[in-house]
Amino acid sequence: MQLPPALRSRLVGAPGAAEPLPVERDPAAGAPPFHFAARRVRFPRDHEFFEDGDVQRHLYLQDVLTQVTEAPERPRVPEFTCQGAGCCQVFDTLEDYEHHYHTLHRNVCSFCRRAFPSVHLLDTHILEWHDSLFQILSERQDMYQCLVEGCTEKFKTGKDRKDHLVRRHLYPADFRFDKPKKSRGPATPVATVQVLAEALGDDGEQSGGDAMEVCSEHAGPLPERVGERRTYSHRIPSTICFGQGASRGFKSTKKRKEHR
Amino acid sequence: MWSGRQGRLRPVGCVVEELRCRRREREAALRKARREQQLVSKRLLRDDVLEEVEGGCVAKILGEAEIQQFLRLAQRGTEEKERERALVSLRRGLQHPETQQTFIWLEGSIRTLVGLLTSSQALLQLEAARCLHELSHSEQSAVAEACLPATSYLLTYLSGHSSDFIELCLYTLGNLIVESEAVRRQLLPQGIVPALAACIQSPHLTVLEALGYALSQLLQAKEAPEMIIPSVLGSTLPQHILRLLQPGPKLNLGVAVEFAWCLHYIICSQVNNALLIYHGGLSTLGLLLLDVAGAVQRTEDAGLELLACPVLRCLSNLLTEAAVEVGGGPNQLEDERVVAALFILLQFFLQKQPSLLPEGLWLLNNLTANSSSFCTSLLSMDLIEPLLQLLPVSNVVSVLVLTVLCNVAEKGPAYCQHLWPGPLLPCLMGTLASSDTEVVGQSLELLQLLFLYRPEAVEAFLQQSGLQVLEQHQEEAQLQDRVRALQKTALHR
Repeated sequence: MQLPPALRSRLVGAPGAAEPLPVERDPAAGAPPFHFAARRVRFPRDHEFFEDGDVQRHLYLQDVLTQVTEAPERPRVPEFTCQGAGCCQVFDTLEDYEHHYHTLHRNVCSFCRRAFPSVHLLDTHILEWHDSLFQILSERQDMYQCLVEGCTEKFKTGKDRKDHLVRRHLYPADFRFDKPKKSRGPATPVATVQVLAEALGDDGEQSGGDAMEVCSEHAGPLPERVGERRTYSHRIPSTICFGQGASRGFKSTKKRKEHR
Repeated sequence: MWSGRQGRLRPVGCVVEELRCRRREREAALRKARREQQLVSKRLLRDDVLEEVEGGCVAKILGEAEIQQFLRLAQRGTEEKERERALVSLRRGLQHPETQQTFIWLEGSIRTLVGLLTSSQALLQLEAARCLHELSHSEQSAVAEACLPATSYLLTYLSGHSSDFIELCLYTLGNLIVESEAVRRQLLPQGIVPALAACIQSPHLTVLEALGYALSQLLQAKEAPEMIIPSVLGSTLPQHILRLLQPGPKLNLGVAVEFAWCLHYIICSQVNNALLIYHGGLSTLGLLLLDVAGAVQRTEDAGLELLACPVLRCLSNLLTEAAVEVGGGPNQLEDERVVAALFILLQFFLQKQPSLLPEGLWLLNNLTANSSSFCTSLLSMDLIEPLLQLLPVSNVVSVLVLTVLCNVAEKGPAYCQHLWPGPLLPCLMGTLASSDTEVVGQSLELLQLLFLYRPEAVEAFLQQSGLQVLEQHQEEAQLQDRVRALQKTALHR
């Protein structure tokens, strides 16, 4: 297909159009037995006109998804340590570090050092746990906001919110980022442990007063761990964190040993 | 200008001939699926050629005991590296359908996996997400649906910041979306649309491409026009999609392809296209078309038709909206560079993907049908002859070319003056001799217009044995009335 050479320069030229030639129709045009009428045509989703293009699109997707399933081989770098407050994790790929940083150091509550997966959840946490005005206001108006982004509903109590999450948004009843605060102030070490312990003993039902925090390893009961933590927690001041700087869970016995 | 991310656009390396053969098979399967309206099935996206080895080690089938052991280690291991390794082993095992089955039926396994997904150990989280991804991939509904307890967390993590992790969550969600309407009926109330609307503000190209993919699958669902597209249109997604399609140095091909398809599914569902026009969709798409045509001229990249196709479709369908019919202003497409770009693309299609020619010509029809301006552009930019060169490609293409020519001719004598003398009439003698009724029919329509507005052409027609050509079709039911009318006109000149 030979295109006029001027076409390419027209493409990069200025916008605009030539002055249209005058239109002058004769009523005999397209009159029976003829039937031509100039008209724009639209095609709906499933029209067979789109078959070829759709097939090409899906061939492409198959190739993309093949590549996605392969876990990427990341370039290794010399080992380095996380510079986050109190954090001593070591990494040898930048991607691993990036993920660690975002999980543990990015959306961190400055009051209680808990980490959250998103700014939205962090803000909600600060409001509900550390804002004294919140408690006062919540007695008079609905202050507990729905956790689903885009939903503007507010509720009188944490429980009402939970019911809403389950019924309206089909969230699991034991959604880990929605555990009501126990009725005390910013968590003390003792409280933390008790809170953790309860959570660990938790079988997925809502026993009121579990920590609203990210660090849940309470995927299942870990009885042998609980005893250990209880022993240590009394003695450790609240400002010291081991391993993962953001939460006060004692995740890694190894790190603890290193710090003795 | 195009920050090319070529990686995803090249198939995994293999022998060329094998690839071609395999591709033909896949194409046939997809065609069949589309006719049965099954083109959104996970099975087709997955494509069974995936028994590839991962880095040399074949995925071993894991038994119950092994799975339990890996889960225990991952959950309670004392050493971080040990816990990670356990999960990696589990993930490798989960590539096998048998392991997947065993896994989902094991009590507490999904619960444990979800727990690891929400752990504060970032790398455990990542590996757990990869395990889920493997499961979400499965063609067995039971396996994929076993991932449902994780969806609220996957959606929550979309508001995070770790781009690799978000990308993984998005592809997992994409797989689940495609799985079944039941899954989508859970994802929608869980807030997938607002979650995507928030996530689309990410600056990471990999995240955006994954998001575009997941969204395109959501929009392609059967129930999308009623259940999904209205809320998508009610969110900030349309503005963001158009923003990501703005031509310029930051435009990324992989990302643009995904969002162009998203836009196509929205537009062809005819839910509220006026909204897209209001947000400047016509001008964005027009400029994008120019950009694609420019890129086509510069590179040999065969991936560009993947973007050209949805852009053409969007423009073409948008042009049929009432909001566009009322002339003038930003709602109109009046830039003749669009016509220039379209012809460059038609030439590109002719070489690389002839099956897309009808779609390109469909856009040309919609541009020229009601527009004296674009018809004039065709003439002033000397595009009639290149158009005629497409006639021999196929009957479908012929009919479309003739329709566009009719669009020009029906505007009157001033236009037909430029159609004859010229190469049009000899070409018409060729199409009139076609065995395809529709091609001949459209040729007769064009001939009538030509005779009406350019009577001098009749003489030339007769001299080129036009009457004999017409006679061939005298007995054809669908053609005879028009044939006779033309014979009469020619003889009574």
